[in-house]
Amino acid sequence: MSTLVLVGISHHNAPVELRERAALDRVRASELARRLAGDAGEAVCLSTCNRTELYLADESAEEAVRKAEAALLALEAELGPALYRLRDEAAALHLFRVAAGLDSMVPGEGEILGQVRTAYEAGSTGRVLDRLFRDALRAGRKARTETAIGESPASVSSAAAALAEQVFGDLAGRRVLLIGAGKVGELALRNLASRGAEVAFVANRSVDRAEELAERFGGAALPLDRVVEELERADVVLSSTSAPGWIVERATVERALPARRGRPLFLIDLAVPRDLDPSIHELEGCYLYDIDDLQAVVAETLAGRRREAERAEAIVAAEADRFRDWQAALDVVPAIASLRARAEEIRAAELRRAKLTDSERRAAESVTTAVLNKLLHLPTIRMKEAAAAADGVIYADAVRHLFGLEDEH
Amino acid sequence: MAELLFWPALLAYGEAAVAYLGEARRPGLPGRLATWGVRIGWLAQTALLVVQAARADGFPWATWAGSLNLFVWLVVTAYLIWGCQPRFRLLGLAVLPLVAVLLALAHAGGGTGADEPVRYSSAFLVLHVGLVLAAFAGFTLAAALSALYLWQERRLKRRETSILRVRAPALARLDELAARTTAVALPALTFGIVVGILRLRDRGGGFDAVMAVTFLAWAVYGGYLGLRLLGGLRGRRAAYLLLAGFLLVAVVRFALPVSHFA
Repeated sequence: MSTLVLVGISHHNAPVELRERAALDRVRASELARRLAGDAGEAVCLSTCNRTELYLADESAEEAVRKAEAALLALEAELGPALYRLRDEAAALHLFRVAAGLDSMVPGEGEILGQVRTAYEAGSTGRVLDRLFRDALRAGRKARTETAIGESPASVSSAAAALAEQVFGDLAGRRVLLIGAGKVGELALRNLASRGAEVAFVANRSVDRAEELAERFGGAALPLDRVVEELERADVVLSSTSAPGWIVERATVERALPARRGRPLFLIDLAVPRDLDPSIHELEGCYLYDIDDLQAVVAETLAGRRREAERAEAIVAAEADRFRDWQAALDVVPAIASLRARAEEIRAAELRRAKLTDSERRAAESVTTAVLNKLLHLPTIRMKEAAAAADGVIYADAVRHLFGLEDEH
Repeated sequence: MAELLFWPALLAYGEAAVAYLGEARRPGLPGRLATWGVRIGWLAQTALLVVQAARADGFPWATWAGSLNLFVWLVVTAYLIWGCQPRFRLLGLAVLPLVAVLLALAHAGGGTGADEPVRYSSAFLVLHVGLVLAAFAGFTLAAALSALYLWQERRLKRRETSILRVRAPALARLDELAARTTAVALPALTFGIVVGILRLRDRGGGFDAVMAVTFLAWAVYGGYLGLRLLGGLRGRRAAYLLLAGFLLVAVVRFALPVSHFA
C-alpha cells in the first residue's frame, strides 16, 4: 500500500533567508515532482513564499522520505535542521490546514488555496495524491465559505481599501488623490487600484517622483500646492508624506464641500506626524482614518479571524478524517475486489452449466446478481470499517484465507 | 384555512426578525436562517392573501386591518427584491420586526381572516388603496434604508473597530437605493391621491386631517427628490428627510381607522 509522506520547510521554522533559497517557480516545481515520482510513484511540490513542501506517495515510506530530503538539501544544504517530516494522517491534516489558510502567517489568507491548486496541477499525481489534493482543495473552500476566516482585511492598506468600500461600495471609477509618493502610500494605492479605483493624481514635493508613480498607475502628477483644487473632485484622499505639519486643513476641505454636492469624501492619513487635520472628520460627509484607527480595525479583524479559525479547524479535521478512512480502506480494497470477482466467477460458471431458456436465464441472472450483492454488502462495509479502525489488514488476510484468494493476491 | 396560513407567516417573520439580531452579532448562519424565514413567511402570507381574495366577493382589504395585512405583504415583497442579498441582510433588522408587529396588529384587527363579508368594493377602491399602499410600502423601505444609512454613518464617524466584521451596505449604495425607492413610490402615491380626489369630487365629501397629512408627506418626498436632483441633497440630511416623511406616512396609516375606514 502507498504511504503518504511530507517533507518540507515553512515560515514556522525557517527564516526568509533559507526559504528564498528553497523557493521554486512552477516549472521547476513541476520538474522536481516528476523526478521524485519516477516511474511508479507520486509527488507534488508546493512552493510559496512561506513554504516549500514535498508530498510523496510511495510503497516505502523511508525511501520516500530519503528522496524528498535529498531533493530539498540539494536546493540548500543548510535546510537540514529546519526540515519537518510527516506521514499519512498527519501529512494529510497538515495539507488540509495549509489549504484552509490555517498554517499561514495571517490566518485565512486567500492566496494559498490557488497556490495549492497550482502545485496539484503541476505535480505528478496518482490515486493517493490526486485524492489528497482534491480533498484539501475542498476543505480549503469549505473553511472559507462556512466561516468568515478570510473575509476581513489583515493589513493597514487593505483595511483602508475595505473601509473605502464601506463608504462607496464598488470602488470602480472612484477617483483617488495620493499625497506623497513614498512606499507606504504606494502600497495602499495599489490596494485601492486593485479594487477598481482610478488613480487621478499623485501630489508630491518632488514632481519627478510623483510623475514616475502617476505613470505607473495611469494618473497625473501634481505639485503639492494644487491639492486643494483636486479636493473638489476626489472620492478618496490618501496621504503619506514626511511633512512636519498638516498638508490639508479643515478650512481647505470645508471650502471644497459645496462643489462636491453632497458626495462623501474618504480620507486616509498614513503619515506620522499626521498630514490631515483630524477635525476634517467632523465635517458632514467626510470620513478621516489615521494610522491608529486603521491599526485598531486590523487588530479587531485579526481577532475575528482567530475566532473563525477555531471553527475552520473543526471543518478541516472532519475532512482529514474522511481522507484517513479512504486511505485506510485502500488496505482492504484488493481483498474486496478479489472476493467479488471470485463470487461473480462462480455465479457465471454455475449459470452457464444450467440448462435454461433465454427468459429463464435473464430471470436467474437478475436473482443471482441480487443475492450476491446482498450477501457481499455487509462484509464489504465491515471490512472498510475495520480498515478505518486499523484492523483492515487482518480482516483482508482472513478473507483471502477463508475464500482461497491467496493465489490471486 | 386563513388562520392556518396566518400563523406560519407570523412565526416565520418573527423568526427572521430574531435571526437578523443574531446576524448583527455574528454574521453567517443567522443571516441565512433569516433569509429563509422571510421567504417562507412571504409564501405563507401570499397564500393567505390568495385565500382571502378567493373567498371574498369583492376587494377583501378594504378595512383598516385588511389593508394593513396587504401593506405588510407589499413591504416584504419590496424588501425581497434585493433585501436578501448578503450585504443587505442587516436591512432586515429594521424591516422584519416592524413587519411582524404590523402583521400581528392586522390579525388583532381581523384583517387576516377570510370569513367576514366584504362591505363595499369598487375599481376605485382597488386602484386607490392599491396605489397608496404600494407607495407607503416603498416609503417604509426607504425609511429602513435611511435608518441603516444613519447607523452605518455613525459607525464610520465613531470609527468603530467592528465595522469590517459586521458589514452593512455601503453608504453610497444605501443613499442611492433610498432615492430610487422613493422615486418609484412617489408617482404611485401621486396617482393614488389623484384617484382619491376624483372620487371625492364625484361622490362629494370633505377634506380631512388625514388627507392633509398625506399631502404633507407627498410634499416632503417631492421636496426630497427635487432637492436631490437640483441641490445635490445626499447623505445624512437626505436620510433625516426620508425618516421625517415616513413619520407622516406612519401617522396617516394609523389615523386611517378614524377617517377613511371609520
